[in-house]
Amino acid sequence: MNHEELDRIAQIEQSNTESFEHTIKVCTAASCLSSHSDEVKTALEKEVKHRGLENCCKVKGVGCMGLCAAGPLVSADHNSKMYQNVTALDAPAILDSVVENKPVQPAIALDPKIPFFTGQKKIVLENSGEIDPERIEDYIAAGGYQALFDAITGMTPLQVIEQVTRSGLRGRGGAGFPTGLKWTTVAKASAKKLKYVICNADEGDPGAFMDRSVLESDPHRVLEGMAIAAYAVGASRGYIYCRAEYPLAVKRLRMAIRAAEHIGVLGNDIADTQFSFRVEVRLGAGAFVCGEETALISSIEGNRGTPRPRPPFPAQEGLWGEPTLINNVETFANIAPILKKGGDWYAAIGTEKSKGTKVFALAGRVNNTGLIEVPMGVSLRDIVFKLGGGIPDGRKFKAVQTGGPSGGCVPDQYLDMPVDYESLAGVGSIMGSGGMIVMDETSCMVDVAKYFMDFCMSESCGKCVPCRVGTAHMFDLLQKITEGTASDSDLELLERLTDMVRQTSLCGLGQSAPNPVSTTLRYFRDEYAKHIHDKTCEAGTCLPAGKAAGVGA
Amino acid sequence: MLGFSAKATPPSSDRRWKIVEGTMRRHGYAPFALIEVLHTVQESFGFLTDEALRFVAESLKIPYSKVYGVATFYHFFTMKPPGEHACVVCTGTACYIKGAPGLLKAVEEEAGIKPGETTPDGKVSLLTARCLGACGLAPAVVYDGEVAGKVTNEQIKERVRQYRKLPTTTTGAGA
Repeated sequence: MNHEELDRIAQIEQSNTESFEHTIKVCTAASCLSSHSDEVKTALEKEVKHRGLENCCKVKGVGCMGLCAAGPLVSADHNSKMYQNVTALDAPAILDSVVENKPVQPAIALDPKIPFFTGQKKIVLENSGEIDPERIEDYIAAGGYQALFDAITGMTPLQVIEQVTRSGLRGRGGAGFPTGLKWTTVAKASAKKLKYVICNADEGDPGAFMDRSVLESDPHRVLEGMAIAAYAVGASRGYIYCRAEYPLAVKRLRMAIRAAEHIGVLGNDIADTQFSFRVEVRLGAGAFVCGEETALISSIEGNRGTPRPRPPFPAQEGLWGEPTLINNVETFANIAPILKKGGDWYAAIGTEKSKGTKVFALAGRVNNTGLIEVPMGVSLRDIVFKLGGGIPDGRKFKAVQTGGPSGGCVPDQYLDMPVDYESLAGVGSIMGSGGMIVMDETSCMVDVAKYFMDFCMSESCGKCVPCRVGTAHMFDLLQKITEGTASDSDLELLERLTDMVRQTSLCGLGQSAPNPVSTTLRYFRDEYAKHIHDKTCEAGTCLPAGKAAGVGA
Repeated sequence: MLGFSAKATPPSSDRRWKIVEGTMRRHGYAPFALIEVLHTVQESFGFLTDEALRFVAESLKIPYSKVYGVATFYHFFTMKPPGEHACVVCTGTACYIKGAPGLLKAVEEEAGIKPGETTPDGKVSLLTARCLGACGLAPAVVYDGEVAGKVTNEQIKERVRQYRKLPTTTTGAGA
C-alpha cells in the first residue's frame, strides 16, 4: 500500500458516492440502535427498492449525529434535511421528503439549523454521522490515512512531535497534560526491546460517552492517530484498552483493525517504508481505577488493576517495563487533523492555555441530551441553554456536574465562565473526560455527593488506606446526613476527611474522590445544614423529608 | 526443554471448554492472557465457576490464588449463576438523577431482590451497570441484552412479572 493506491481507493469511493443523487444517512451508533435504528435502515432500503430508486438513492449507516435524545436520527443530502424519532413506518414519508421535497409531519421533522447543530465546531467528530464506520473505504474517501502516509513518508518523527507540540493539544482524558511533551519524553526514552502505544478507552466516568461514540462512529480516526504517535515515538506495537461494557465499540474497532491490516495501512512496511505498527484490543472488566494509567498497564499485563507510585512514569517504564505512550481516545482522534492542517491552525482555536475543541456528553436534566463538540472557552451558559436547549418542564437550573466522580458541581453563578482546564479547576471541579450532567432543583446536592462517594468507595482498588478507608468513612457520614441523623461534628469530620484523602491517596482516584463533596459543601452548604438541623431535604430525594416526591415518578 | 509441559485437562467433556482453550492457544498460553481467557469463560458459561478458575490457573501456569484475585477484583466477572432473565439497571449519573434508584426499589418491591441477587425461582437476576453510555435514554435498563430507554417504575415491574410468568396487573404500589 502506498500513496497512489490510497488515492485510488478514495477516488473510487468518491465517484461511487457522487453517482447517487441522494444519500440518506441513518445513525447506527449505540443510542439510536437501541431505539431500533437498524429497523429504520432496513425499512428505508426496502422502500428505495420498492420504488425502484436504487440508482439514485443510497441508504447508509453512519455514526453518531449527536442529538441522542431525539433518536433514531436520519439525515439526507448533506444534512440539509434531518428527521428525528423515526420509526420503520416513517420510511415512505422520508423518501417523499427527500426525493419529492414533500413536507413531513412535524413530529419527525428536525431543523438542521437549531443552535445544537450550528453552535458546534467539529474536529474530532467531523466524520461522525458522515461516514460508515464499518467501511474503511469511506474513511479513506474522507481523507483518512493521508496524514499517516504524509507523516511517515515526508516527515521525521521530530517534525511530527513539533507539530503536536505547537498545536498546544492537552490530554483529553481529564488531567490535561501537554500531549507534545508526553510524546517527546517517550521518544527520548530508550527501549530494551520495543516501545508501546496504548489508547485508553476505559471510559469509566458514569455519564460520559464521548469515547464510546468516537469509537463507534469513526474507529479508523483513532487507529490513524495511534499509528502516527507510534511513528513519532518509535513504537511498533499498540493496545486499545476498551471497556467490555461497550460491545459495539469493541466490534467496530476489531473490524477496523482487520480492514486496515487487510489493505495494508496498518501492519508491516506501511506506505512502502520500514515502519510497522500492529494494534490489539484488550477488554477491560469493569474497574473504574483502570482509567489510571499504571493500573491500566497492570490490567493489560493480566493482573489486578491496581496503580503503583509514579515515578517511574509509563513514558519511561510502562508496559512490561518498556517506554509506553498512553493517550485517551479523543486525544488520538485529534492527531490526524493537526498533522493535516498544522499545529498552528489548531492552536488558533480555543483559549490561551486550552487549545482546540472539546467533546462533551451532555446529559441529565437538559432538553438536548447528546454529544457536542465546541471550541474551548465557550461559556457553560451557551452549552446548557443554547446548544442544550435549556432545562425541561420549565424547572430551574441548579448545577452542572463536570468530570464525573473526580469532578465537582458548578453552580449557576459560574454559568458565564469559559469552559477550559484552568477555569474549571479554579472553581474546584475539573475538565475531566467531558461528561456534563445538568441538574435542576429536583436534585439534592448532598444526595449527589453521596452517589459519587458510593461510586468511589466501591471502585477503590483497596491498595492504599486513605482511599479504601477514607471513601467508606465519607460515605457513612454522607449517609447519616441524608438520613437526618448527623450532627455538626459529623460535618466537620467530613471536611477534615476530604483534605486528608485528597492529600494522602496513592492515585488520582483517591486524590480526586473528595471533589464532589468539597464543591457541594462550598456552593450548597445550606443544603447540608438543612439536612442536619431541620431534617429536611428541599429536593425531596432524601429520607428526612419523609415525602420522597419528585423522583422517578 | 523446561521440565514437563503437561497440558491441563478440561473439567468436563463440555464442548464449550474448546472455546476457552482456543483463546488460550491464541495467546500462546501466556499468563498475561488471563483476563482475556476469563472473558471467554464468562461468555461461554455465563459465569465463572471454581473449577473453571482452577483449569485456567493450571493451563496458564498461574497460581490459583492469583486467578481468584483477578476474577474477584473486576466487577464484570461474576461467580454466581445468573437467572434465566437479566434486568440490568444503569446507575450512571444521568440515569441516577432521572430515576434509576426508583427502578431498583420497584424491582425490590416486586420481587424482593436487591442488585446482584436472583429471585428464588431462578427466573430473574437484578444487576446494575456503572454507565451504559446511553445517557440520552436515561433511565436505561437492559432486558436480556436489549436496551430500553426512559423506563418507568411500572414498566420494569411489569417486565419482572412477565419474566416470572406471574399474572400481569397494572395495579402498582406507586413510586
